[in-house]
Amino acid sequence: MLNIIVDNEKFQVEEGTSVLEACRKAGKTIPTLCYLKDIQAIGACRVCLVEVKGQKDLVASCTMPVSEGMDITTTSQRVRQARRLVVELLLSEHDGDCQTCDRNDDCELQKVARDLGIRHIKFSGARATRKEDRSTPALVRNGSKCISCRRCVTVCSQIQQVSALVPQYRGFKTIVGPAFSSQLDSVTCVQCGQCAAVCPVGAISEREQIDEVWEALENPNKAVVVQTAPAIRAALGECFDMEPGTLVTGKMTTALRKLGFDAVFDTNFSADLTIMEEGSELLSRLKKALVEKKDVALPMFTSCSPGWISFMEYYYPDMLDHLSTCKSPQQMMGALVKTYYAKKIGRKPEDVFMVSVMPCTAKKFEAQRAEMNASGVQDVDVVLTTRELGKMIRQAGIDFASLEDSEMDAPLGLSSGAADIFANTGGVMEAALRTVYELVTGRELPFKNLHVTPVVGLEGIKEASLKFEDVLPDYSFLEGVTAKIAVAHTLKNARQLVEKVRKGEASYHFVEVMTCPGGCIGGGGQPRTTTDDIRRARIAAIYKEDEGKKLRKSHDNKDIKQIYAEFLGHPLGKLSHDLLHTHYHKRTRV
Amino acid sequence: MTKVCGCESHVDEQQLFLELEKVLDEYKNKEGGLIPALQIAQGMFGHLSQAVLQRISQAFDKSYSEVAGVVSFYSFFSTQPRGKHVIRVCLGTACYVRGGKQVLEALKKELNVDVGSTTGDRNFTLEVARCFGACGLAPAIMIDEDVHQRVKPTKIRAILSQYAADTAEVEKA
Ligand code: SF4
Ligand code: SF4
Ligand code: SF4
Ligand code: FES
Repeated sequence: MLNIIVDNEKFQVEEGTSVLEACRKAGKTIPTLCYLKDIQAIGACRVCLVEVKGQKDLVASCTMPVSEGMDITTTSQRVRQARRLVVELLLSEHDGDCQTCDRNDDCELQKVARDLGIRHIKFSGARATRKEDRSTPALVRNGSKCISCRRCVTVCSQIQQVSALVPQYRGFKTIVGPAFSSQLDSVTCVQCGQCAAVCPVGAISEREQIDEVWEALENPNKAVVVQTAPAIRAALGECFDMEPGTLVTGKMTTALRKLGFDAVFDTNFSADLTIMEEGSELLSRLKKALVEKKDVALPMFTSCSPGWISFMEYYYPDMLDHLSTCKSPQQMMGALVKTYYAKKIGRKPEDVFMVSVMPCTAKKFEAQRAEMNASGVQDVDVVLTTRELGKMIRQAGIDFASLEDSEMDAPLGLSSGAADIFANTGGVMEAALRTVYELVTGRELPFKNLHVTPVVGLEGIKEASLKFEDVLPDYSFLEGVTAKIAVAHTLKNARQLVEKVRKGEASYHFVEVMTCPGGCIGGGGQPRTTTDDIRRARIAAIYKEDEGKKLRKSHDNKDIKQIYAEFLGHPLGKLSHDLLHTHYHKRTRV
Repeated sequence: MTKVCGCESHVDEQQLFLELEKVLDEYKNKEGGLIPALQIAQGMFGHLSQAVLQRISQAFDKSYSEVAGVVSFYSFFSTQPRGKHVIRVCLGTACYVRGGKQVLEALKKELNVDVGSTTGDRNFTLEVARCFGACGLAPAIMIDEDVHQRVKPTKIRAILSQYAADTAEVEKA
């Protein structure tokens, strides 16, 4: 422990702590822009300046470690003026049309300027005017708002190992972006939106599609149906200043009805369906391998996360047969709504408008994939992020916090707790095991509270194994077999796992991959800015939702049984194949 | 000051790519091998095209954006084929104060290119330079090996006409 003084008060902090973190622990507020806790501390923006006794110049607190006896001043006229100067310089080059900027509600630059009390800008810099990049379905980049903080660069290279965004050129001409300041579609961006999730300003955001939804809702000829992903209910509240980890399932449902949707369905329902299909697919692959001694691709990788799918298509096209052929829950729901449900309400697929609310920007891309037209038209018309839904609710003048709870609609609204946990890293695996283990043995998954604890939590790569014993006669080929599983989140960890599998260093049966840190709860479309503490709070909320349900296993969902009996037939059957499964193709890496 | 002229090179591109592989084998596992590999590749191909850069980025297991970041950082890398004639405008102190900047602007306008770029007919590449010892008669420009002194914006057209594209030759290329 080191003794330090912050604004004339004594504190003790651990060695290795940065001055910034030490001051924060001491309860001080220090503005930052380029800093991202545990991810980036590079001293680039210099708004975190403080005074350190004995140092001639002010220091950037995010990069300086504390030392014994350090005497720090965080708020003096000198410090304030220096910080103001730094921010005024940024603003002088910034395209600051706050009122019409999509970050008007949560912009960090705006907040820093406000907190510093900047009233006029002494400099008249040349405002950057750069072309907007609208080359992808998921994201819009607006370079004239970029403050070159490099958070996106670090996240895209360190967390996702894609490195689509890198500083180009040098000096005053430096532009953060794809190769030679081209557009995102000319590099291997997987549209995960993690860059958008960390950008402090309006320089990268999702492509906003709110007006398309308003238009559909006003159209008397359309039945407008909405689905919400498992991760929304644990995060939407943050858009209305609720504590991270507040569950708002019931309020969200009421809000969606008030917005005018004709039916409110749950992506959780199709998550349960995914478990039925994907679990059956896994068992059928295992049977082919163990009984028929066929050469099937094992391990099987999950396929719910569209960024991960693009990643495989770009980087490992030779391993696409390892991906489960199951569509993601979003696309299963889209296909069912425009076939099964459309028929029920006597409408043609083209007269039904399907909106998804997703924690994810890559889902916007997924919905536009050519394969996602099982109903004959695009199955999911518009994908909104959690943030966009928050904005829509505001635009409608709904006071979210005061809403009553309500329930989702039948027949595609009922779901098990297994579906809820699709939102968390490790959740799809746990949900699948709850069903697969019980199908094979007739007994409940032997874990306390049904939680596969080794795959719970924020560790990057998690492994577990599970032995099948006393199996039912149909599954005798699994008697005594130990299933080996692994779970990875972020593409960096996914790449490590895939490499191990490819080199034959690991022999798993089933691997879950989610593109975003923490899983969908940390998706690129979630309320900003997601930290690990917020991830943990959302994860805990999701497990709470799961534990609060009587129905905890996908195969026990009566509406799932009903849809198989009434419409689909059986898992992996002909109609399932046509509506719920898909295929992948190689993408050329640039 | 090498003259690199795409249209006179008869070396088969495929052959060059095969040779590039040898270079990449040698450099890809070396610490700091990227920049020398880029330099050699530029020497071989005359410039760094997208195809060449993509091959290099894959060999070094780096993204295209990362490699582009390095290439665009250093002014000695060129991603465009160079023109038949390279024009260098001196922006050394003497030339600058005596109107080098205006000469450069006039050239940009006349050729309709930016610094570092090549005209559509691949006849001229426009570059800037620091002093080639002609300060006495500033402002100076250099076209290939010829130094032109006391250049005025109004004289530009006349000077360029001496290097006008030989249509027959361009078509051949
Ligand atoms: S990025 Fe922030 S400061 Fe800039 S215009 Fe948008 S809201 Fe205003
Ligand atoms: S969307 Fe993901 S892959 Fe694309 S630039 Fe952003 S962080 Fe990188
Ligand atoms: S795009 Fe956003 S995150 Fe990336 S450097 Fe610019 S301001 Fe920072
Ligand atoms: S936050 Fe410390 S320099 Fe940007």
